[in-house]
Amino acid sequence: MTDIAAGSISGSLAPRRRFVLLRRLAGHRSFQVGLILVALLTLAAIFAPVITGVDPSSMKVRFRFKPPSEAFPFGTDNFGRDIFTRVLYGARVSLWIGLAVAAMSGLFGAVIGILAAQFRRLDAILMRVMDALMSFPAILLALGVTAALGPRMESVIIALTVAYVPAGVRIVRASALVVRELDYVEAARIAGASNIRIMVRHILPNSISPLIVHVTFVFAYAILAEAALSFLGVGVQPPTPSWGNIIAEGRDYATEAWWVMLFPGLGISLAALGLNLLGDGLRDILDPRLKGRG
Amino acid sequence: MARLIALRILQAAPVIVIVSILAFLLINLLPGDPAVVIAGDQASPEAIEAVRHNLGLDRPLIEQLGIWFVHLAHGNFGASLVLNQSVLSAMGERLPVTLSLAGLSIAITLPIGIFAGAIAAYYRQTWIDSFVMTVALIGVSVPAFWIAILSVILFSVILRWFPTSGYVEFSHDPGLWLRSLVLPAVMLSLFQIGFLARMTRSAMLDVLSQDFIRTARSKGLSEWTTVGKHAFRNALILIITAIGILLSTAIGGSVVIEQVFALPGVGRLVVQGILARDYPLVQGVMLIYGFAFVAINLAVDLLYTFADPRVRYD
Repeated sequence: MTDIAAGSISGSLAPRRRFVLLRRLAGHRSFQVGLILVALLTLAAIFAPVITGVDPSSMKVRFRFKPPSEAFPFGTDNFGRDIFTRVLYGARVSLWIGLAVAAMSGLFGAVIGILAAQFRRLDAILMRVMDALMSFPAILLALGVTAALGPRMESVIIALTVAYVPAGVRIVRASALVVRELDYVEAARIAGASNIRIMVRHILPNSISPLIVHVTFVFAYAILAEAALSFLGVGVQPPTPSWGNIIAEGRDYATEAWWVMLFPGLGISLAALGLNLLGDGLRDILDPRLKGRG
Repeated sequence: MARLIALRILQAAPVIVIVSILAFLLINLLPGDPAVVIAGDQASPEAIEAVRHNLGLDRPLIEQLGIWFVHLAHGNFGASLVLNQSVLSAMGERLPVTLSLAGLSIAITLPIGIFAGAIAAYYRQTWIDSFVMTVALIGVSVPAFWIAILSVILFSVILRWFPTSGYVEFSHDPGLWLRSLVLPAVMLSLFQIGFLARMTRSAMLDVLSQDFIRTARSKGLSEWTTVGKHAFRNALILIITAIGILLSTAIGGSVVIEQVFALPGVGRLVVQGILARDYPLVQGVMLIYGFAFVAINLAVDLLYTFADPRVRYD
């Protein structure tokens, strides 16, 4: 996440300022904590097979409902599956969905937002469509689209992208509308720069900071929303573990075997917390005008 | 001002049309043949044909859209395939539950969220600020359905303070009604309180750094008059915006909360509709919510225009 963020800033800023920004980010408390949390969870997800060596679907009925112990750090479920392993593999699914939704809604947000700011006639149509999408409560829209496309990982990614693109479009458009009136854009235009060159080389890099901040928060929302969709049974389907569907499966015997649903929930909370902290840090540093904004 | 308001209302008209088209397209998103998906894999060819004909899926797309709009103009939002009921009456029966839940949640959220955010802003960069903002951050990071299930185990199963699930109508017994909704509403509010506290804090920080606050202080107004009257009144504009967002997240969040607490609301209706492939029902509910929020967003924007004369639409 931070690699992407830092990479895109670097395109627009002189090396000196980039260095100052990175140093400020490195010194920001929320950013530090968020980065560590997200990095640890990402590493755990990537190295899941190395860390556990157990198959997430392997059932050992004689080890059903074992509470957390040395052999099973997070206990086992009704099929005797190791919850620690399932939470690690669930991290892969949940973080991947979050990342994909953040990246895709950021990309579409940038493209549509800049087109809307640049072409006034297109603007009216695009923004009314965004208004319409924003009229549906986000989770309900995602629920409807996932239901229509079928309960698969790709459907969840598409559905959540559709739900979160409009906010990104508004953010990019708002800052692009300001940037396009600035003198250097006018200068570029007079110098004969093409529309595309102006959009890509001048407006985009200078409207991207608020989008990076937004996309970080979308990453967090998407993880929470994916969990909710999987919990409702329209998201990622078992036996593929996702944090949401492990909780859904563990719910039926939550009073007897609390550990089954406790740990995936902690995973979701820590991931969302880490990303929100990262977002707070990025916002304070990249977008000082919005300092402290929720 | 009148021109502004007229302009904003005119903007809402195409949004309503687009919302209708988006809801219409939902069934056409179904992979493959929608009639087969809806009728089910095991259905006989006759049953599939019946579904196709009843839903008008055998007509050209543009004709279907035309019929869709004619029906909407007559207040016909479609009918459930499973419940033997129109979408309007199915939703009408369950809406009081969802609105009670969302209303109670917003009643809990507004005072706590605003107070927490204002306190954090006033004592910025002290331990009070850090504490309040950490709690708010946890509120927006913890999945509601998960903490809701844990709360059922603690408060309903172990402590037996609340029923584990179910709903009692207000007209039946107001006391039991409240008791059946308190825990769900609080769980629904955790995210909302965190969200509102973060939003209020930043709005208050903006206002507190304005020149007129420095002027108020330097001319000797008491701290209470400065912050309570000048700053807070300005930050109040944000609450109008916040209510629109909170309503939307409360309705969205109620889908999972109703599922956890087995409350017979609209959210549960939608989830059951999806699992039963009752797409016309899902479509109708989304459409009605879509319309409702076009109206709510319009009302929010208009209120905003009255509250803050500087507002302009572009």
